[in-house]
Amino acid sequence: MDKELVHLFELFISASLINNFVFTRFLGLCIFFGVSKKMETAVGMSVTFTAVMVISAALSWLIYNYVMIPLDITFLKIVVFIGIIATFVQASDTIMRKITPGLYYKLGVYLALISTNCIILAVPLINAGEKYTFMTSLVFGLGSGIGFALALVIMASIREKLELADVPRPFAGLPIAFITTALIALAFTGFAGMITL
Amino acid sequence: MEIKRKESDFIVTVSPHVRSVETVPRIMWTVVVSLLPALLCGVYFFGLRVIFVTALCIVGALFSEWFVEKLAGKPITIGDGSAFLSGLLLGLTMPVTVPFYIPLISSFIAVGITKQIFGGIGYNIFNPALIGRAFALITWPRAMTSWVEPSKMFDLNNIGAAFSNIGMWLDGKTSATPLGILKLEGIAKVFEPYAAKADLYMNLLIGQRAGSIGETSVIAILIGALFLMLRRYISWHIPVSYLATVGLFSWILGGKEGLFTGDALLHVLSGGLMLGAFFMATDYVTSPSVKKGRLVFGFGCGILTVLIRLKAGYPEGVMFAILIMNCFAPLIDRNLKQKVFGLRKGK
Repeated sequence: MDKELVHLFELFISASLINNFVFTRFLGLCIFFGVSKKMETAVGMSVTFTAVMVISAALSWLIYNYVMIPLDITFLKIVVFIGIIATFVQASDTIMRKITPGLYYKLGVYLALISTNCIILAVPLINAGEKYTFMTSLVFGLGSGIGFALALVIMASIREKLELADVPRPFAGLPIAFITTALIALAFTGFAGMITL
Repeated sequence: MEIKRKESDFIVTVSPHVRSVETVPRIMWTVVVSLLPALLCGVYFFGLRVIFVTALCIVGALFSEWFVEKLAGKPITIGDGSAFLSGLLLGLTMPVTVPFYIPLISSFIAVGITKQIFGGIGYNIFNPALIGRAFALITWPRAMTSWVEPSKMFDLNNIGAAFSNIGMWLDGKTSATPLGILKLEGIAKVFEPYAAKADLYMNLLIGQRAGSIGETSVIAILIGALFLMLRRYISWHIPVSYLATVGLFSWILGGKEGLFTGDALLHVLSGGLMLGAFFMATDYVTSPSVKKGRLVFGFGCGILTVLIRLKAGYPEGVMFAILIMNCFAPLIDRNLKQKVFGLRKGK
């Protein structure tokens, strides 16, 4: 039990920092650059993203292990996972609008963007590929979500600072954001080899 | 009679209107001077090639600054000392044996990309010298980690030998840094050549060990740092919290026989920690500007340094730790900034 907890903790740290999806695998960059311009939207996105990540990891684990493996249709996992995520996101969008309009107006705009995000799809695929248990899948989803949230918040704080900078015209806006991301990724290589799973 | 006035007589700036003799060039050149003891120690231990490597870095840095500013149509600021300082710092973090193209290319990454493209002095997010070095380490891992034993090349009786090494590194015994030995072969191997533990600490203080050009001599770095602190150019917050955190956590986590058995002194005195803590983490632009934030910054650098040294693949973590904390500096500043007097929370 103790060993398992340590393993889960290591997996969490690994997913959030060491193998951060944005800085080491360069996934999910569209949302990353899209909403990191302002801190407010970055925080909203982070909260929504982490929640969707955990729930979709859990849903796709259940369907993969209790429906797809018995029916021997695991080769369909990409299509099925996309379906699950899209259905879940659309459903929560509708439910949230009906039940908590306040929350919907705060976070609802991000939901549509999330349904096509590649990290959200990558996490169930990795969970299936590595044959993670249910608990491990949840922790991996949570770690990935927190890691993405961290990346977004760091990036937003840097980009708000860069707004005031005298960046040469050809580099202003997105180009400098890409260069910044590259340099952050360079810094994050320091974590390499810290946890080998 | 019409009074002729120069344009510079009318200075229009935003508040605070404080008259001071301190200017950017003055501070930068003072920091350059305070790094000279470390550079001279490097020359003493590793020979005249140190000058060659450092000069290449400085020339590369000045050229990159000029080149990008020329392209961007901005006023040329290579005289203000900041590019010179970045080049010098980059040079001090190189091993003495590097081939000549590494200093040139990495100094362009340092000043051209990390500083100028972000808008020049005052706007860079990352420490230019450290990005230059991180880039070099990842691109040329072999060349950037081939260390030689200090051999006092600068021997007055044998001047010829001192000059013979300038073009290419010819002789010199290859060796590993204390942290490299610690990582690969364990702590017993670090102390093996010494009769007493104190001998190793003494050697680390003086700088008699393999390592980058300017990082080895703790005393020389402290002399420069003390000078800067007395001039109030750097505050104590970052270095003290950084060094204290490294000492504390390497003592707690660093031992093989369990908690609280690590050798804190070895960790604090070796690697690039002194150079990093006093001259790189304290960079005005890339560290938080509020005092509480500086303590947090130093603490974060310390934890990351210990974690990378003990757990990650690299033997030395100072460079990566400072770079990672540089990413967090705007966030720290944002959350710990002084509240405006009279402003209520919320709204």
